[in-house]
Amino acid sequence: MTTLFTILFDGVAYGMLLFVLACGLAVTLGLMNFVNLAHGAFAMTGGYICAVLVNNQGWPFFAALPLAFVTAALVGVALERTLYRHLYTRSHLDQVLFTIGLTFMSVAAVDYVMGSSRIFIKLPAALEGQFDFFGVGIGRYRLMIIVICGLLTVALQLILAKTRFGSRLRAAVDDPRAASGLGINVPQVFAFTFAFGCGLAGLGGALSAEILGLDPYFPLKFMIYFLIVVTVGGSSSITGPFLASLLLGIGDVAGKYYVPKMGPFVIYTIMIVILIWRPNGLFGRAAAR
Amino acid sequence: MTIALETRGLEKSFGGLRVTRDLSLKVEQGARHALIGPNGAGKTTVINLLTGVLKPNAGRILLEGNDITDLPVHKRVLRGLSRTFQINQLYADLTPLETVGLAVSERLGGGGDWWRRMGTRDDVNQEVAETLGRFHLLDVMNERTATLPYGKQRLLEIAVAIATRPRVLLLDEPAAGVPESERHDILAAVAALPRDVTVLLIEHDMDLVFSFADRISVLVNGAMLVEGPPDEVARDPQVKAVYLGEAAHA
Amino acid sequence: MTAASDVSSHAIARARWRPAEIAFWILALSCAFLFPSRYLIMTDILRLALFTLSLDLILGYAGIVSLGHAAFFGVGAYSAGLLALHGIINEPVIALVAAGLVAMVLGFLTSFLVIRGVDLTRLMVTLGIALLLEALAERFSNITGGTDGLQGIEMQPILGLFAFDMFGKTGFFYSLIVLFLLFLLARRIVNSPFGLSLRAIKNNPLRASAIGVPVNRRLIAIYTIAAFYAGIAGALFTQTTALASLDVFAFERSADLMLVLVIGGTGYLYGGLIGAVVFKMLQELFQTITPQYWLFWIGLVLVVMVLVGRERIHRWVLWVPNLVIRQLFGRKAVVAVPESDAP
Repeated sequence: MTTLFTILFDGVAYGMLLFVLACGLAVTLGLMNFVNLAHGAFAMTGGYICAVLVNNQGWPFFAALPLAFVTAALVGVALERTLYRHLYTRSHLDQVLFTIGLTFMSVAAVDYVMGSSRIFIKLPAALEGQFDFFGVGIGRYRLMIIVICGLLTVALQLILAKTRFGSRLRAAVDDPRAASGLGINVPQVFAFTFAFGCGLAGLGGALSAEILGLDPYFPLKFMIYFLIVVTVGGSSSITGPFLASLLLGIGDVAGKYYVPKMGPFVIYTIMIVILIWRPNGLFGRAAAR
Repeated sequence: MTIALETRGLEKSFGGLRVTRDLSLKVEQGARHALIGPNGAGKTTVINLLTGVLKPNAGRILLEGNDITDLPVHKRVLRGLSRTFQINQLYADLTPLETVGLAVSERLGGGGDWWRRMGTRDDVNQEVAETLGRFHLLDVMNERTATLPYGKQRLLEIAVAIATRPRVLLLDEPAAGVPESERHDILAAVAALPRDVTVLLIEHDMDLVFSFADRISVLVNGAMLVEGPPDEVARDPQVKAVYLGEAAHA
Repeated sequence: MTAASDVSSHAIARARWRPAEIAFWILALSCAFLFPSRYLIMTDILRLALFTLSLDLILGYAGIVSLGHAAFFGVGAYSAGLLALHGIINEPVIALVAAGLVAMVLGFLTSFLVIRGVDLTRLMVTLGIALLLEALAERFSNITGGTDGLQGIEMQPILGLFAFDMFGKTGFFYSLIVLFLLFLLARRIVNSPFGLSLRAIKNNPLRASAIGVPVNRRLIAIYTIAAFYAGIAGALFTQTTALASLDVFAFERSADLMLVLVIGGTGYLYGGLIGAVVFKMLQELFQTITPQYWLFWIGLVLVVMVLVGRERIHRWVLWVPNLVIRQLFGRKAVVAVPESDAP
């Protein structure tokens, strides 16, 4: 019974991490129908920035996290303004080719600068180890992830639901043409959202170094996970990707625990079954209009 | 009198929004029937339901007495129900020859032939030539569709639908967006449709409706408001209210 | 000339052999005699060309974007390897077809997943299937040899007559013949009404179904055929190198494949063939500069190709050849232009 709770706990932490990593992608997709396979590269950027600051410059971990966010967001906005925006009207094939190209370049570049082995970020002692909670082992680091990501999720939900920017964004995702007819500057909303999504990915990358592992191949290894989150979750709201992330996280942890030899098999099987059952994703809107 | 196309109690909602409400419509064999209604009345949804792009929440659709409610789009076409699109839906990279040729091949059951070269079936060639000729497309038959002038594309839009030899044809605003100079060709093509083809015209342009239709159904908020011959519909106070109301808002 | 015969001749014209095509194949054959010391790399190119031809069938003709086409390549490679290793089918040609059929069955089964949903779902499903197979191959390492791959494959002579030699001469001619035959088949398919219906689906699936094309059935058919082609390419890989290891399923292989196809151009069958030659030459070039960071250069080529515009690059490259051909064969004759690039 307690292992079940531990698995659930670890799975939730993993899932929330995936959500922070991938939610930017869901919005990009919903807003501009843009397939950004290079999303993982932004996460990797954040992760490496954090690692360099903490390990080499001696920054405290929590001071480095915001900088991971900011750097990834800046890289995101720079690329969006210079390159990405030329591709919104292109075919999905072009978008796929372009973003795979960017991913490959980022992988090779990081490999060149930082080396190909996995790196670890030195954590403050307070985050290491685990404590016992009614017989359930609770990892401190994972608990922190749940807290941070949980707060972020609530904040995102509030921004989307309560603020002026949120309502503009929702209108733009719902129907970009109608939204621009209403005087909403869709490209601007998009640029901002894109940068924010990249920032979140960067933060996620920094947080995930401990759990997912950080090496130059990160964007390729986790590409499929991001795709699962957005296809299973749908891109019409952030609730869908959130639930999909949790499902994926718990499924993956449980699968690795109970049938370790089948490894990633469990996740792919779940994904395929879901897509047979609901081709538009579990929480996606039906193909109307 | 036979009924070519019939709907019984058709219902469709998106989320909580009922866009088609208990719609029962009968289109007689050989009729020139128009379906009109103000913007947002749900005309496009009706077409999508009839052709099978959307599935109704309730109700049945009958084509010549046979229930087609559960058939996929392409099977309905093979049964004799075709449509044109309000916004051209053509194959940009294909030529008119290929476009019409494909429609004819599919109908004659040769569309899946993977070993036969194109252009080697005389019956197909004959019919393609005849259709292209009728819609004044022979001169451009070998050009990419995307490069054709809009009027020609509009003609091709109708030609493709005709090439499937429909017994019931749904025309969705056939003259929409056509420049005045090319409008005549389109209207002539519509007027020259064979009498044995039943036509359901979905239209905004009242001149076209009243010059063409022998029966009119008025759709408002997804439900049938009035149905009858053109003069009756034109006199109907409810219809006037709807259209005058719309005009007053505009 | 009546309108009907006019229609017929125009329709047939698309399938007619052009001088440039014949020249292409003569050139391919003559390479065997021009570079007798380079059989291995040329065989490599032929395999890649066949694999890319397979992708062109689904991407260039039917518009299905796949991130995991290596799945079928890998299945073909392992099938051929296992058949030879355990002596189940010793004759290479029969084994080749058998391996292709195994991939074809997989293609048929997975096609039902691929035809559903939008581009994004397709990307995920194709990528997922390739990763799944890679995970399976790793899991059942007692059968597949795990990360070491299949060891000790020995190939029997083709048709019992032509033994594989260490210079790769037999392998080269074998691959060339297989490629040519499958190319002829593909050419026949794309110029049939079936091929036409695929192009229609790619252009506008909504309209395709509205004129009576059974869209899903056609997509299943071409996906299955393409899987057969990819399986054959994989089997050729195993047969000519006597190797099969986990990296046959790798994502990089699927991504490279897309690059090869877009270099050559989609939707006119020769794209894969030309792309394979250019790709291998680029690979040689970049690997002499910085062998470790080949991935960077692939990425750069992809990014530049998309930003500059694929069709624009093709137009630049074809400018000189087209000029020459116009001089020789008159104004209208040009080297085939990829369909998506047509002006």
